[in-house]
Amino acid sequence: MQRASLTVVAGAAIVAAGVALATLRLNPYLYFAGYVILQYVVIATAWNILGGYAGYVNFGTPAFFALGAYTAVALIRSLHAPLPVLILAGGLVSALLGLGIGYLTLRLRGTFFSIATLALSVVLQTMIINWEYVGGSRGISVIRPPGPPFGNYVVFLFTVMLALAVIAVTVARLIERSWVGRGLAALRDNEEAAECMGVPTLRLKLFATTVSGFLLGVAGAPFPYYVTFVEPNSAFNLDYAVNALAMPMIGGTTSWVGPVIGAILLGSAQQLATVTISSELNLFIVGVVLVGFVVLAPEGLLGLVRRLRGR
Amino acid sequence: MAAPLLEVEGVVKRFGGFTALNRVTLEVRAGERFGLIGPNGSGKTTLINCVAGSLRADEGRIRLAGQDITTLPPHRRTRLGIARSFQIPKPFTSMTVRENLEIPLEYAGHARHGGAAEAADILREIGLHAKAHLRPAGLTQIEMRKLELARAMAARPKLLISDEAMAGLSSAEVDDILAILFRLSAQGITIIMIEHIMRAVMRFSERIVVLDAGERIAEGTPAEIVRHPAVEKAYLGE
Amino acid sequence: MFSWDLLANAVVAGLLIGGFYAAVSLGVGLIFGLLDIANIAQPAFVIVGAYAAYVMNGAYGLDPILTGILFTPVFYVVGAVVYRVYYGSFERRGEESLRGLVFFFGILFIIEVSLSLKFGVDYRLVQAPYIGKSIDIGGVGIAYRYLVPCVVGIAMTVALYVFLGRTFYGRAIMAVSQDRLALRLMGADPVQIKTIAFGIGIAAASLAGALLITIAPVVPSTDRDYIGRMFAITVLGGMGSIGGTLVAAVMLGITESLMSTFFGPSWSQAVSFGVLLLVLAVRPAGLFGR
Repeated sequence: MQRASLTVVAGAAIVAAGVALATLRLNPYLYFAGYVILQYVVIATAWNILGGYAGYVNFGTPAFFALGAYTAVALIRSLHAPLPVLILAGGLVSALLGLGIGYLTLRLRGTFFSIATLALSVVLQTMIINWEYVGGSRGISVIRPPGPPFGNYVVFLFTVMLALAVIAVTVARLIERSWVGRGLAALRDNEEAAECMGVPTLRLKLFATTVSGFLLGVAGAPFPYYVTFVEPNSAFNLDYAVNALAMPMIGGTTSWVGPVIGAILLGSAQQLATVTISSELNLFIVGVVLVGFVVLAPEGLLGLVRRLRGR
Repeated sequence: MAAPLLEVEGVVKRFGGFTALNRVTLEVRAGERFGLIGPNGSGKTTLINCVAGSLRADEGRIRLAGQDITTLPPHRRTRLGIARSFQIPKPFTSMTVRENLEIPLEYAGHARHGGAAEAADILREIGLHAKAHLRPAGLTQIEMRKLELARAMAARPKLLISDEAMAGLSSAEVDDILAILFRLSAQGITIIMIEHIMRAVMRFSERIVVLDAGERIAEGTPAEIVRHPAVEKAYLGE
Repeated sequence: MFSWDLLANAVVAGLLIGGFYAAVSLGVGLIFGLLDIANIAQPAFVIVGAYAAYVMNGAYGLDPILTGILFTPVFYVVGAVVYRVYYGSFERRGEESLRGLVFFFGILFIIEVSLSLKFGVDYRLVQAPYIGKSIDIGGVGIAYRYLVPCVVGIAMTVALYVFLGRTFYGRAIMAVSQDRLALRLMGADPVQIKTIAFGIGIAAASLAGALLITIAPVVPSTDRDYIGRMFAITVLGGMGSIGGTLVAAVMLGITESLMSTFFGPSWSQAVSFGVLLLVLAVRPAGLFGR
């Protein structure tokens, strides 16, 4: 119990610090980088609901993220819809895609599922490339509506992403601590045994893929306003797929804390490396860290801490 | 005669061109100790998978306490009262022994509160109480088999299917498992035992059905089965 | 839009590219199809093979295919080492499925980024006497740049087929995937056999990479175009059936070529993945599955 309340306090402290950051008028670059890190908190947390809790590795993160972003683009072009609508719609469309891949799990498990999600990402990217209305392969400029509700756009979007991160982490924590989370853990360990012990595995998997898809779409929806120019290669970037699994793997996949720690550590390191070294080298570091953790510390930092405490 | 708890009626299961079960019919009465035997590849496990729901029968009907369950998914059947142990143990590896039991208790045993107390009761009954806080990786072979049975019990079944729970165990360990199954039977649970260890099946079962090449070739009491010519042929060849 | 000439050209181009696709997919057929190891880093090794051909071609004017053959021992050793790491870290602990997959995904990413760091993101190509020439057979033009990789690809397929069917180690590899008992009777150590098979699979990538850069210029991210193709062909071909791999490769090559000719090249990319998704969803055992 004490540990639980401690984590709540820590979470609240992070939120407070974030809000304080938003109200202070710091170097704009800090908000700019902070947005990316928070976006990764949402992505890593969302990925982990399916990958960490249910044990289904999704390589198609870019598809869900981009679908959220492109839903927003389409709605901005057609209806000039406000940001909350964009976020909700982006989430819902990605949730539908999530529901779809949930049905894939009926026939595909383990490796085959993962390869199918990778395939999905490429098919979707091809469709977007051929859809001129949202810019096709050339991309599209997005004009921000004049005057954000407060501050400037960078600070405003930073605050929005902070709120989304808090929501995502809260959802993940609720799932983890509920009967749903326990059922997902059972099917992750052994799907056949779980089903035979009364766990409605299909329904739980559909739930996990849908919620995970929703949150990934939510993370992508503000992206057009953040970058103001959306093109397929940046929206479907493979970096999202790698980071989405590297961050939870580094932090630890069995608890909601893991992806948060992983996203903050790796996300900050990447932002630093991009500024001080080069963006290519920072990706190289991500790859090496990912492989290193998978081989040497399969349970992530949380697992390492647990092991050290145990002795 | 007691009413049938499980009715299998003309069940057919094919894999591609291969017929694994050919119009198998049998009945298991409530409270019965029922043995299912047959040579390797005779279709025992396929039949059990059709009953528990891991496989769906191509033809025929399966009823539990009069209710047709032929097309229900496995978790629904578990809630209706069918539980099984696996031939190759399939524990939830990331959970402790007690948490392994809490899954069926929560999902099938309808225990909303006090699942922990119930889990402790079952573990005591099966003799795994001292290991409640271990992960399955730390269990011995027989403890693993006991965990399979304990977890099936946590689903609060009417019908327990024990799929080769004794394979590879020592003679004393076989007696240990047998004693547990007898105790569960005494509590009124219907038990289907699939087993290669003849000594155990013959001692345990009130009635035995023999499968060979997907067909039911014999049925009777252990004494009748031992003397049955078709059984001898199936096991020993011509 | 439609004409018989166009169709004939598209089919021939598809056939030729299919032979090359077979060469690219043999490694995955061996490693994923037979050993059941989800090596999604395979396309990255193919790209490394392509860059090896590029470097040797630029520095010494070496023929790309000759380079591909010369480098096979190096790739074999790399493959053997990768398998040993994989075995020690995942397979032995029974954690291969998910973490192993992530491991290979990480390797793919590292290779791709390393190549961009070293060579940048410009297209690289090779020179060889046959590149640029073509022959004309009955109105259908056949470029040597496609013909040579196709012939080499078919030769590789035949060689692997003979190796698996006729040699001790080949049969042992088949046994690893299907029949543990037979393997024990042969007195072979499964880990050693898998190391050899994995090494051969990666070695095939050396030659496949050389063929790739013969056909078209290459960038570090070209590997992504081949992930879907390789796995689609392997699954479609029935998971490790060598003959099935060749047939599936040709089918995919023709389908892509037709799509590209009649609907535009931007759609051909989606074909392989679309086929893969369809096959996975409808018939995971593949067209030629056991």
